[in-house]
Order: sequence, then structure tokens, then C-alpha cells
Amino acid sequence: MAETTPNPTGPGTGARIEITGLTKRFLTPKGEPFTAIQDVTFTVQPGEFVAIVGPTGCGKSTTLGQVSGLDRPSAGSVTVGGRPVDGVTAGVSFMFQADALFPWKTVLGNVMIGPSLHGMSKRSAVELARAWLRRVGLAGFEDRYPHQLSGGMRKRVSMAAALINEPRILLMDEPFGALDVQTKAIMQTELLSLWDQLRPSVLFITHDLDEAVALADRVLIMTSGPGTIKRSFAIDLPRPRGEVQEIRHEAHFLELENEIWATLKDEVERAYAQTASAA
Amino acid sequence: MSTAIVGSAAFAEAGDPGAALREAARRARRRRTGLLWLCRVLVPVVVLGSWQWLTEIGVVDKFFFGQPSGVWQSLVDLFTQGTAFGSIWTNLGVTVTEAVYGFLLGMASGIVLGLLLGQNRFLSDVLSPYIKLLNSIPRIILGSIFIVAFGLGTFPKMLLAAVLVFFIVFFNAFQGVREVDPNLVANVKVLGASPMQVARHVTIPSALTWIIASLHTAFGFAIIGALVAEVLGAQHGIGLIITQAQGQFDMDTVFASMLLVGVVTLIAEFVLSLVERRLLSWRPPSRSESQPT
Ligand SMILES: Nc1ncnc2c1ncn2[C@@H]1O[C@H](COP(=O)(O)OP(=O)(O)O)[C@@H](O)[C@H]1O
Ligand SMILES: [Mg+2]
Repeated sequence: MAETTPNPTGPGTGARIEITGLTKRFLTPKGEPFTAIQDVTFTVQPGEFVAIVGPTGCGKSTTLGQVSGLDRPSAGSVTVGGRPVDGVTAGVSFMFQADALFPWKTVLGNVMIGPSLHGMSKRSAVELARAWLRRVGLAGFEDRYPHQLSGGMRKRVSMAAALINEPRILLMDEPFGALDVQTKAIMQTELLSLWDQLRPSVLFITHDLDEAVALADRVLIMTSGPGTIKRSFAIDLPRPRGEVQEIRHEAHFLELENEIWATLKDEVERAYAQTASAA
Repeated sequence: MSTAIVGSAAFAEAGDPGAALREAARRARRRRTGLLWLCRVLVPVVVLGSWQWLTEIGVVDKFFFGQPSGVWQSLVDLFTQGTAFGSIWTNLGVTVTEAVYGFLLGMASGIVLGLLLGQNRFLSDVLSPYIKLLNSIPRIILGSIFIVAFGLGTFPKMLLAAVLVFFIVFFNAFQGVREVDPNLVANVKVLGASPMQVARHVTIPSALTWIIASLHTAFGFAIIGALVAEVLGAQHGIGLIITQAQGQFDMDTVFASMLLVGVVTLIAEFVLSLVERRLLSWRPPSRSESQPT
């Protein structure tokens, strides 16, 4: 909060995220403790793109909540750029699955919110927001309201709003989960190109293995009940990856996907059996 | 689907093949508007006509139920001869002033307290039993108390109007704060918003939709509050004219006063709709117009 610039180290430098023994327990409505995630440990290197894949309810969003500082862990620790996370950390941007756009603000107003909160003057914030809207292909839509945009365009606005602060860390919780297949592919390609320009460290959550392999440097498989990291797969597809839709058909892509799927399948089936027996 | 294609083709050519489509839409709209107004005019003609006719032939006793022509005569009298308590404009002015001040006072306190308690769970838990208790008191009794305490002037009327308005606006502001999208709050918090900034950028604008939606009803209640308090005891005002006319079995004047109050409420409604349209211009139209993207 003390810094006026959201990213004191400047663009092009993502921060390292170190997660050690992260555990989060919730109280169920009945008053019993419920362990959502247990002993989650992994590191995201500066500028690395890491995807977490796992069955629904395994604790992916919970993990992200601890990293963003919106929530406090029950045990374990998270450090960002060497500093322990204790409350909201500067230089972090978050993109949610649901649109977190202000319906009463115009597209421009929505993108401006980050710089304005950091005390940038209105004129420079407007200028910066306009530049970012051009960057995500929304020039000319500055005065629209979110309800006047398509789902894909709303995502672009969210993306501009998340990246305008040039974050050291970008947290994404199934950001493209609600999009149709074509729009999703376009947004993924665009995300990759923007990430390449800014190089924040990315923690990307998805239940779509295809998406994880296409985007990430590393894919972590999370198991359910309680959630923990089961395995890590390095994705050695060359960068820049270009069109996401095209690399999907490459032999090596399919190879990697099959290998990870074998691990993931067990988890999905186990999670399904758990919920089925609980119901 | 096909309209979208026609629309985009029209834009591409920058001519107007879309003109025919627009023209057809305009014609359909005009036809509907014409029919709408015809029916709207017919409703009072039928109602007033049968009222006049039934009292004329004596099926309905005009002594108890008045008569449209009599109501009109009373209206004319009210404006030309005034009342026992001064001109009709004075009385109307008194009632409207009480209602407007009561409305403003009730609205301001309702918004402030609603936003405050909505955001502070502890404070709201402390105060909620008392608010429920106050809310359960029949307001007309409050009117009696205010008049005994503050006399026959305009202040107790304003106060009763304010109390009626307060609870409506308060509950809406409170609920509005509670219904804030947690995603939006999380989003601005991550971007580094202080609690004050969260309130300014998220909570208050989002509660505003609820508050503004409540203002229509609230103004109606402000008028009711002022009138009821005047009926309970006053030196001026439409409520006083109504009680007096009632005492003299002058139903025509009661109806005439009612009509005046109705006109005032309609004007206020109109002004409030303008305010609402201006403040809530970001909202999607209720029946969404097709928007090819
Ligand atoms: N605030 C909460 N209180 C109680 N249980 C919660 C809370 N948040 C999440 N959980 C539980 O923790 C588990 C993990 O949730 P979540 O992290 O949202 O899963 P995912 O994002 O992987 O689908 C779920 O079983 C969920 O019911
Ligand atoms: Mg989730």
C-alpha cells in the first residue's frame, strides 16, 4: 500500500512465489473442522507460467486465495518475492471466472480502476487505460457498459484491468471457464502474447487439461480430499507457442497430454466416487 | 441471427439498406403507442361516465359517494374561493413542504444508517433488535405522540413523513450493501483498495441501485405521513381540508383533495424517474434490444 507504483521492480520481472506446507481448514456448518488443502508445497519461478489442474472442489481456489492474501492460511506459509504474504500483497492481479467488472462503470472506467486506486492522476490513468484497450483490441468501446459487451469482450476488459498495473504476479481462477470453445482459444492466444510482453509469474487454475498444457511451463496435478499437489509435469513445448488452436494437434502436445491425463484420470474418478458416496 | 447479418452488412456498405428495417420497427411502435393511448383514455371515460350516470339516476347515492361533476365543482371552488384555512395553494404548499422535507430527512438518515449497519456486522447485530422494535410500532401512534410533543405546526408532520420514509430507505440501503458482489470486493481489494475505497467504488454504488429503486415508494409514503399527521391535528394542509370536508359530509371536496394529492405524487414520480434514469443509465434495458456484436 505504501508504494505508489504497483510494481516497484518494474515490468518484465515476475516475482517468485514460494508455497510451503500450506494448509487451510474451514469450519463446516455443523461446526466440525474440514481440511480443504493440506501441506501444499510448490514454487513458481519468476516469470514462470504454472497451471494447476484438479477435479472440482479439490481446493484450487482455496490455494489461490491464500496466495493473493485475501485469506489467511491455517498453517504453512506463502512468500512472494521473498516477502511473506500477510494481507493483500502489492503487485498481484487476480482474474476470476465470474466477471468482476463494475456494471455501473464504462469499459474505460473499469480498466482505469487499478491505476486510480494507486493514486495515478485521472488524465494519465485515462491515457494508460486507452492504450491497454487498444492492446486487447477494444479501441472504440471505451464508453460501453459491460452489459453491452459479449462474453469474450468482457474477458478482454478483465484482462486489461488485471494487466494495466503490470503485476509481478497474475493469479487466474478458471478465467476462461465460461467461454465458448472458439472465444476461449482466441483469449488463450492473446493471454500468451501479453504474458510474453510483461512476463509476470502466472498461477493459472483450470479444470481443462488441454488449456493447461497449451499455456503453461509446468502443470501441477492437485488431488482432492484434502487437496494437495500430486505431481508436477514440465511442458517443454517451445515458446513462443503462437496460435493455441494449432499447437493442440502437434504430436508432442498430445503425448504430454496423454501422460498427464493418465495421472489426472485416477484423481477425477476418486473425487467423483467420494462425492457419489457422500450423497 | 438473420437481423445481425442484415445489420452488419448495412454497416459494411455504409449506406442504408437497414432503413427499411428501422422504418418497419418505427411503424410497429407507433401503431402500438396509438392503441395504448386510446385504451388509456377510455379507462377514465368509462369509470367516470358510469359513476356520473349511476349517481344521476340514483342507483348510487351521491350524498355518500359524490359525483364527478360535483368533484369538478369543488375543485373549481377550492381554487377560486379558497378554503376556511387560506387559499388552496397555501394548503397544498404546506403539505408538499412537509412531505418533501420529511422525504429528504428520512432518505438521508436511512441511507447513512443503512450503509453503516450494512457494512458493520457487529453494529448491525447490536442495533437490529431495536430497529425491529421501532419498525413494529404502528406509525399512526407515532403521529399522535409527535403532535402532542411538538404541537400543531409543520414539524411533527415532517417528522412522521421522515419516519415512514426512513424505514423503507434504510432496509433497502442495508440490503443493498449485503448483496454486494463478493467478487467485485475481492477484485478491488487485490488491486490494493483501502476499506474507504472499497466503500466508495463498490459498496455504495452497488447499494445505490437498491436505494434509488426504493425512492418511488418512499415519496408516496412521505405524502401519506404528512396527510395522516394533518388529519390528526393541524392548522393548514390538505389533510385538514379532508377531515373538515368529511365532517360536513362533503364527499366531493374529499375526492377533489384526493385528486390534488394524486397529481402531486405523479409529478414527484416523474421527477424521480428522471433522476433514476440519469443515475442508473448503466443498467441494461429491461427488454434488451438486439445488439449484434
Ligand atoms: N469458506 C468456506 N467454508 C467452508 N468450506 C469451504 C469454503 N471455501 C471452500 N470450501 C470447501 O473447500 C473445498 C475446496 O474448495 P475450492 O478451493 O473452491 O475448490 P476448487 O476451486 O478446486 O473447485 C470444497 O470442498 C469447498 O466446499
Ligand atoms: Mg474454484
